[in-house]
Amino acid sequence: MTRSVLVDKVAEKVEGLTRKQTEIVIETVFDGIKDALRKGEKIEIRGFGNFRLKTRNPRRARNPKTGESVDVPAKKVLHFKVGKELKELLNS
Amino acid sequence: MTKADIADAIFEKVGLSKKEAQDIIEIIFETLKQTLKEGESVKISSFGTFHVRKKAARRGRNPKTGEDLEISPRKVITFRASNKLKSVIEQ
Repeated sequence: MTRSVLVDKVAEKVEGLTRKQTEIVIETVFDGIKDALRKGEKIEIRGFGNFRLKTRNPRRARNPKTGESVDVPAKKVLHFKVGKELKELLNS
Repeated sequence: MTKADIADAIFEKVGLSKKEAQDIIEIIFETLKQTLKEGESVKISSFGTFHVRKKAARRGRNPKTGEDLEISPRKVITFRASNKLKSVIEQ
């Protein structure tokens, strides 16, 4: 499923909302999550899952081609944890 | 950030009532959940992709009791952030 299919499905289910409005609503949802992550906030969607940032420590790695040591700086990666309800739904 | 904060954003941006905004958020995530339940991946452009992966049964152990047990086959969801989202996070 893609974003546009999601828009179609939601627009179908919601009375009195045009496709265009639905598109804006869905954009607002994902932009909102993105903005919160930009600020380093945790996002909790009850029943679906949580998004949060995890910090990776700086480390020394090797370029496998040349054998050279390289320093990899600390960085943040996104972690999605599936909500309990969705986890149970998947395996029911 | 929770669903309530997202509802506020929709209320401000789209002009739906708070109740309508809450309802549509439920519908959006319910639609996502049902699609994933069917085993179908969801790709949200410039955000990321939710993949459904099937895991085979395997032998495991209860770490508390040391007991051997069978871990049943199951579906799990993985999320991969799009490059756009990754670059937002990196900054």
